[in-house]
Formats: sequence, structure tokens, C-alpha cells
Amino acid sequence: MVQHLRPAIVSVVLFTLFLGLAYPLAMTGLIGAVFPVQAGGSLVKDGSGQVIGSSLLAQGFARPQYLHPRPSAAGSGYDPLNSGGSNLGPLDKKLIDRVKGDAASIAKSDGAASIPADAVTTSASGLDPDVSPENARMQTARIAAARGVAAQAVQAVIDSGTQNPLLGFIGDPAVNVLAVNRALDARFPMAQPRA
Amino acid sequence: MNIEGWAEIVLTIGLAVGLGWPLGIYMARVWQGERTWLDPVLGPVERAYNALVGLKPDKGQGWLAYTLSLLAFSAASFLFLYAILRLQGHLPLNPQGFAGMAPDLAFNTAISFVTNTNWQFYSGESAASHFSQMAGFTVQNFASAAAAIAVAAAMARAFAANRGETLGNFWTDLFRISFYILLPLSVAIGLCLAALGVPQVLLAHVDAHTIEGAKQSIALGPVASQEAIKMLGTNGGGFFNANSAHPFENPNPLSNLIEMVSMNVLAFACVVAFGRVTGLRREARALVVVMTLMVTAAAGAIYWAETQPTPALMAAHVHAIPNMEGKEVRFGAAATAVFAAMTTGASCGAINGWHESFTPVGGGVAMFMIQLAEMLPGGVGSGLYGMIVMALVAVFVAGLMVGRTPEYLGKKIEAREMKLAMLAVLILTASILLFAAAAAVLPVALKTVSASGPHGLSEILYAYTSATGNNGSAFGGLGSNSYWNVTMAIAMWLGRFGYVVPVLAIAGGLVVKPKLEPTAGTLPTHGTLFVSLLIGVILILGGLQYFPAQALGPIVEHFQMLAVTKS
Repeated sequence: MVQHLRPAIVSVVLFTLFLGLAYPLAMTGLIGAVFPVQAGGSLVKDGSGQVIGSSLLAQGFARPQYLHPRPSAAGSGYDPLNSGGSNLGPLDKKLIDRVKGDAASIAKSDGAASIPADAVTTSASGLDPDVSPENARMQTARIAAARGVAAQAVQAVIDSGTQNPLLGFIGDPAVNVLAVNRALDARFPMAQPRA
Repeated sequence: MNIEGWAEIVLTIGLAVGLGWPLGIYMARVWQGERTWLDPVLGPVERAYNALVGLKPDKGQGWLAYTLSLLAFSAASFLFLYAILRLQGHLPLNPQGFAGMAPDLAFNTAISFVTNTNWQFYSGESAASHFSQMAGFTVQNFASAAAAIAVAAAMARAFAANRGETLGNFWTDLFRISFYILLPLSVAIGLCLAALGVPQVLLAHVDAHTIEGAKQSIALGPVASQEAIKMLGTNGGGFFNANSAHPFENPNPLSNLIEMVSMNVLAFACVVAFGRVTGLRREARALVVVMTLMVTAAAGAIYWAETQPTPALMAAHVHAIPNMEGKEVRFGAAATAVFAAMTTGASCGAINGWHESFTPVGGGVAMFMIQLAEMLPGGVGSGLYGMIVMALVAVFVAGLMVGRTPEYLGKKIEAREMKLAMLAVLILTASILLFAAAAAVLPVALKTVSASGPHGLSEILYAYTSATGNNGSAFGGLGSNSYWNVTMAIAMWLGRFGYVVPVLAIAGGLVVKPKLEPTAGTLPTHGTLFVSLLIGVILILGGLQYFPAQALGPIVEHFQMLAVTKS
């Protein structure tokens, strides 16, 4: 065993230098130079340069004029420092009660007769940036009423923010909530100032 | 279920098999120390490494020396990683200011990464500094994967040799596999993932002020470089708690496809390389067929299960299909199902949706894939040697039926090989079932189990299955305390070394045997008959061992669910 110790220690030290430091640091430099936006987390900034979020991460939207994201189990909601899901099994009473409650409040706010599954289920990351097209469509009437515009106009904004599956079958269609809400604010500005 | 979903499942597995082919040819060259296109760059590094470790290049080792080298390397890796985790508060690249991990958690985590398990009782974004992620986890992601592939290479040499002596040199294998295979592929995959949105910075986090006026701290880090090797090396330990469900680890369907192919491609490549080194390509192809059929069947079963109505959604009168709890919209049911099948078939353990929130059948199939000893297609290296162990059992069973001494790939399989093969199989079973049984009755263990009833049992059973199988995925509701930290670490250690040591002993016994020419009485090990026999043996062995436990967990829960959804 003793004669194996030298190669073992040398290997661990060398691997740490090459694969643990040189490799990730070189990648950091390279990716930072070639893909600076992605490297920094695909941050979205407003007109004044203030970071308002990441195009890849959900953030909370509760006001009626905005498209609402899926419920989140990340921390107290949409917390990137605490990513994760509910980890509730399909028969768990906590899940059944939560879904019933959420469905009831959506039925009230959106007047929806039929609610898509993703609107009342927490995502795996708690940061799912997307909703399904059906979920978005369910919300158009509420958004249109809050903004005082036609539902078709809101739907058009949602449609242009819909990502279809790659080659028609890789992944599921998805609507990026932050992108749509930014487009809505740009197309149909609200009278009230930003909080 | 829809045709698009099935197409995605078939395409993903097809790509992993298809790309495994050329990679396997390249891998065989690396195993055999032949020239590659990377020699001009890596040749000098390799010579420097040989000099530093005091190695005469290509000095072969017998199985015992090979095994001891692997154990010494793993022990040194463990101590080093444990020290990093304990001391991370005093080490550089800690912009978050994280303190060192507690001793039991650091123990569990260090064993976890050294054994290629990557079970995580911590949340990456709130407990591991950038230094720990890079110099600790990323290094072991490479090294534990390379060590497993080295064992596969040793096994290939054992079958290739005619009255041979040595299995190759562990240190040469470790270096060549890490630097000639894993490193260049990780660079390529890391760049692709970064282009698609995976971050790579040394910042801790950026504060955003959201449109509705809330503050959101966006955790960042050197994610892309680690994500690539995490998938490629079938490690599976996420930079973030949500693993490959986190949009920063897996931003879109294309990155998802790349990650899925990455986590299975080297397992297939190992089998192709095995066929090249032994010169038995038809036999290797039969193993690829078994792996492909079974992982596809598992993906299909999970896809079916996740598109069945669930009680929670039915109770709320919403669209009850698919089961979106714990899934991401951009992936949907099909891409989550095939990811789950590939990660549990492969001892990877990355997830893009939470298995705990799957339907009972979906979660049960994922757990069963790990219990089938993860060779479908298996972890890098471990898939091949796991499949060889099963093939030995299969030819033994066939030999019993016709009353002949079994042979496999020109080597006589005798009592020593069978005893060692069964030892390897039984160590896994004993670790999974005994630990799970103990945890199911000990109050100290039950304290951190989040679910009750059959689902709680599934949570426990899945944990020890995942640890022993060196998978690392979880029914994520399970919390940790020192009981779990220590017992899970022991299970991971048993699952790795309790399996690898008998496997290397088998290789050591086979390498010295003469290579026999097939005769009229030799069971052909490449055709439909052998493929069916092997699948049968895998299923019967797995079924006999785990059906009783599964019956009390996922199966009874499935009938509970049917009672609700069908009424």
C-alpha cells in the first residue's frame, strides 16, 4: 500500500491544479470573452441599467396586469438562493389542499373554466421562467381588462413570446413570463408608476 | 402521451448510442496507449506526470496492485476533499463567505463525490464555496469517473489476454482517461452549454430589483465547467440544489438534449471500446442492444406513468395530465421521463424533475432502474463491468441448464468467478435492503423522512438504493441528520468498493486463463437468444431481490392512487 501513496498524493494534487483550477478558470475566461451575456446569468436590465432579473429565471408577478408565473417552492418563492421543488408525492394531502386552494383563487381571478396543470403545480426548480401556452391564454382576459386593451392584442404579445419545440418535438412549447411582461409594459404602458 | 414525446425519447437514446460508437473507437485507442490527435498537446504533460508519480510507462500491474492503487487514490481523494469542505471558510474563492461544513456532512459529501455518487445533503447555492465546487467537486467528477472507466479497461484487457499477467497500469489509465477523454469532451460540452445560457463567472450573486419591486438575489458561479463533467462523468451532483431542473444548469430543450446524451454516451462508448480491445465486436453489440432496449423501455414506462391522472390535480378539477408537480414547462413529461430513465439507468443521479413528485409507477421505475445495478447503460465504466457480471451469471445459468462448464468470451467461468460475481451482487442488495429496513424502524432515521405511509417507505428505500447504486438522485423530501449522513456514506462506500474489488478480482482471475476457441458446445453470446437470456437474468435477479420492498412502497401506493382516480 505504501508504494501506492506517492502516486496517489501526486495525482490528487496534479488533478486539483489542472482539472480543479486551470480547467474551470480557463473556461471562465474563455466563456466570459465569447459569451459574456450568458456567462453572467443572462441578466435583464431596464433603461437605466438597473438589473431587473434574469431572462432564464422566474420572478414573482402578482398584479392583475401581468402574466403570472407558476407557483414556486423555492424558499419563500422564486428565491434563486434556495432553488427546489415541493417534493410532495401525488397522494400527499398537503399537495391536494394546496392545488385546490390555488385552483379556486385562479378560477376567481381569471374566471377560468379550465385550468392547465402547470398553473397550479410548483416547478422542479422553483424558478421555472415559463408557463404553458394554455396557462398564458387563460390569463389574457384578466391582463387585457387590467390594461384596458383588447384580449386579442394581449394574446398577440403572448404568441410572439412563445417558444415552440425545437424541430417540432424537442421539449414542450413554453411562454417566457418575464419577456412577455416586459413586452406588455412596452406595448401597453400602465398609467401608474413602477413601484 | 403523444408522438412528439416518443420521438424525443427515441432520438435522445439513439443519439447516445450513435455517438457512443465513434467515441468508443477513440476510447479503445486511449486504453491501449495508442497515438491520438491530442498527443502533441498532452504528450509532454503525460511524461511530466509519469516522472512525478515515479512511473515507468506501461509497467503493468497485477489485479491486486491495480486494486490497491485505486483504493489508495480514492483514500487520498477522500481526505483531500474532506479537508477542503471542512476548511472552505478559510480558503480562497469563497465570495459568499460560507463556513466550513459540519464533520458528518463533510464526511458524507466527500465519500459521495469520491464514489461517483454525488448524493447531496447540502444545497450547492447555500453551502458550497466556488473553491469547493471547483477544486473539490469538479476534480472528483473527473477522477471518480476516470477510475471507474479504468476498471472497465482492466476488464477488457482481462478478456483480451491469452494467459496474460497484468491488467494494465492504474495510474496510466487514470491520467489518460481523464486528460485524453474527459477533459476535451468537457471543454466542448461546457462551451455548448454556456452558449445556451449556463453561467460561468466567479461572482457569488447579483441583486436584481424585479418589475414588481421585490429584491431577488441571483446565485451565480462557475457552473458550465462543472455541469459538463457532471453529466459526462455520470456524477450528477448539481451546482444548485435543483440540479438540471435549474434554468442555470439546463436552460432549454437543446441543453437538456446535450446533457442527456452526455450522461449516457460514454457508457455506450465503453462497451464499444471493450469490443475493440477484445476483438469481440458482435458480443459487445449484444450488450449495447440489451442496454438500449431496457433504458428505452424504462423511459417509455415513466412517460406513460407521468401522463396518467393524479389525485391532486383531479381533486382541483384542473387538466390532470401531465403530472406537472416538480417538472419544468420547457421539458414537459417526455423529456423529464427520458432524463429520469437515463439518469437512473446510468448511476448519474442528475435530475431535471423531482422523482419524489412523480407518480408511484414513475418513481418506482426510476428506483428499479438503480436496483437493476445500473448497467442500462450504466455509469461510465461501471455500466460495462456491471453488465459483464450479469453476463457471467447468465452464462452460468445457461451452463447449469445444459450441464457444461460455462464460457464467456473465450474464458472459462469457474467457481471463483461465480462466487465473486455473486458477492458483488449480494453486497449491493444487502446494503440497500438492510439499511432501508433499519431506517424504517429507527426513530432517529424517521425523524427526517418527510412523507408518511408507502411514500415514506419509498423515500427511505430510494435513498439507500441511490447511495448503494452510486446514483445520487433522491426522493428530495428526505432531510438529513448525522444518522443519515453516516449510514448513507457507508452505503455509498460499500456500493463502490464492495463492487469494484470483486470485479477486479474476477478480472485478475480471467486474465491468466487461456483464451479458448469457441466449439460446437459453446453458448453463442451475441445473438437474440443471449440477449433474451441476459435481459431475463437481469430482470429476475432484480425482481426477486427488490419486488417485496417495492411492493410495500411504490406498488401499494399505485393502487392507492388508482382507488382515488378511478372512483
